[in-house]
Amino acid sequence: MAIKNKKLNLKDKYQYLTRDMAWDPSYQKKEDIFPDEQFEGIKISDWSQWEDPFRLTMDAYWKYQAEKEKKLYAIFDAFAQNNGHQNISDARYVNALKLFLSGVSPLEYAAFQGYARVGRQFSGAGARVACQMQAIDELRHSQTQQHAMSHYNKHFNGLHDAAHMHDRVWFLSVPKSFFDDARSAGPFEFLTAISFSFEYVLTNLLFVPFMSGAAYNGDMATVTFGFSAQSDEARHMTLGLEVIKFILEQHEDNVPIVQRWIDKWFWRGFRLLSLVGMMMDYMLPNKVMSWAEAWEVYYEQNGGALFKDLERYGIRPPKYQDIANDAKHHVSHQAWSTFYQYGQATNFHTWMPTGEEMAWLSEKYPDTFDKYYRPRFEHWAKEHAEGRRFYNNTLPQLCQVCQIPTIFTEKDDPGQLSHRQIVHEGERYHFCSDGCCDIFRHEPEKYVQAWLPVHQIYQGNCDGGDVETVVAKYYHINIGEDNFEYIGSPEHQRWLAIKGKAPEPAPERSGQDAA
Amino acid sequence: MSQLVFIAFQDNDNARYLVDAIAADNPEAEVQHQPAMIRIQAEKRLVINRETMEEVLGREWDVQEMLIDVISIGGNVDEDDDHFILQWN
Repeated sequence: MAIKNKKLNLKDKYQYLTRDMAWDPSYQKKEDIFPDEQFEGIKISDWSQWEDPFRLTMDAYWKYQAEKEKKLYAIFDAFAQNNGHQNISDARYVNALKLFLSGVSPLEYAAFQGYARVGRQFSGAGARVACQMQAIDELRHSQTQQHAMSHYNKHFNGLHDAAHMHDRVWFLSVPKSFFDDARSAGPFEFLTAISFSFEYVLTNLLFVPFMSGAAYNGDMATVTFGFSAQSDEARHMTLGLEVIKFILEQHEDNVPIVQRWIDKWFWRGFRLLSLVGMMMDYMLPNKVMSWAEAWEVYYEQNGGALFKDLERYGIRPPKYQDIANDAKHHVSHQAWSTFYQYGQATNFHTWMPTGEEMAWLSEKYPDTFDKYYRPRFEHWAKEHAEGRRFYNNTLPQLCQVCQIPTIFTEKDDPGQLSHRQIVHEGERYHFCSDGCCDIFRHEPEKYVQAWLPVHQIYQGNCDGGDVETVVAKYYHINIGEDNFEYIGSPEHQRWLAIKGKAPEPAPERSGQDAA
Repeated sequence: MSQLVFIAFQDNDNARYLVDAIAADNPEAEVQHQPAMIRIQAEKRLVINRETMEEVLGREWDVQEMLIDVISIGGNVDEDDDHFILQWN
């Protein structure tokens, strides 16, 4: 391979990009140029120790990204031209995409903004280059996801105004507040939150088994953007791990700060992923693996190996990991129960699992499904069959930190709701767990400012005092089209027509007042 | 406790060669076929060698070409012109 030797090798190319093109300022002080680098208490003595193991340079970056894009858009075209939406397993599946487009794709955009910002904050050139590439990646993800789903928007409801909904709809404040929390933190906390805790430890759970599930449900467009995005994530994950190791190696005083961030962001990420658990167990008609199985592989096994590796720095696994591991048997059922009850206020449809699907849930959750969830679901299915589809008209108590309704149960007592409260400066605040309560206690001045959707509705800040007005006017959800029960919905009827089947009777809406 | 590294590829034509090369150089590795993807895991260490890939493919191959087909990885990365290594310490 004599030809290869004429070119610079990877290490040299990377060295030129990240060191030799940077310079030390001479007429401004470094701390004036990078004012955010100090205040979190992280001590960096030698930025030259920063290494990107992929050693990706801009020329290689553009080359490979261009190739990924060409492949991806060829598939989008083929999918649209061949009416690929008609070949999915069942139209119920599309409801997972509605949640994805309004809940996840805006996070990609938020990540783009976040990396563009922190990329400006580091005095080390290697870190700036890595953040710049990741910012461009995240923007690409946001765009490709919207392009992929634009085809579905032509044929299904609820996909028409995702960015608007992300800023306003009650359950979308869960993902939104997660990223707002990270983006309003300092640059090192942002990297620990997003690059390490989210990208490295938790995003596999979203992009790997769920996307594999998309493929298994005939959704060629989604699996392709999912895996194309995830191919960038492999780089981001590597960056996430290097970031943590770099910070920890720089100074021992960094260890307790980083440990607290890991505890916080693991817990916040775990809570956020409740939505994904529900998507996997309830919204994929053809099942790949259960949420509990995915958690075992991608958190317990992979995360276990990771935290064992980090032991040498004095880092332990995240606090409350035991609670999260136990909750894998419950969270998807508890989340789906909640969305089922509040289906009048969602941009997607909900339904009760079929008999066959409940049998699968019993098999995958032998210790919990039949005991705690099946009786409730069978009751709701019976109510629906008798013309009383259940909707809950009482707005739920939200957790001040994760913003999820306080729906989760105690670790050793699944019959007991987990609820914590504290009084801070004369005001009472409510939490879903010790994990969220700890986060508040550490930075109450941040979380007292939380924009909690239920509070905002009751305070009259959402264009109306009743659910129907809020849903229609403030959320832009089309009542009777986007929301309510799936069975008998306009979308269900359209799907039956596509498949050449007879229409179902229209849904009953007694028992709720949002219609 | 077991400490597994892993790599997942899109189940496509490029990945077939990668999987063959990995299987040849990492006889202990376990190859899992899942919808649309192939996941390979191994205890502590997994290596992709450029030389093996070039033999399998019958052409020159740049280690960074794998960026197009990879979905996810677990483990510390060590990459240079000749190999891509995943490992836990």
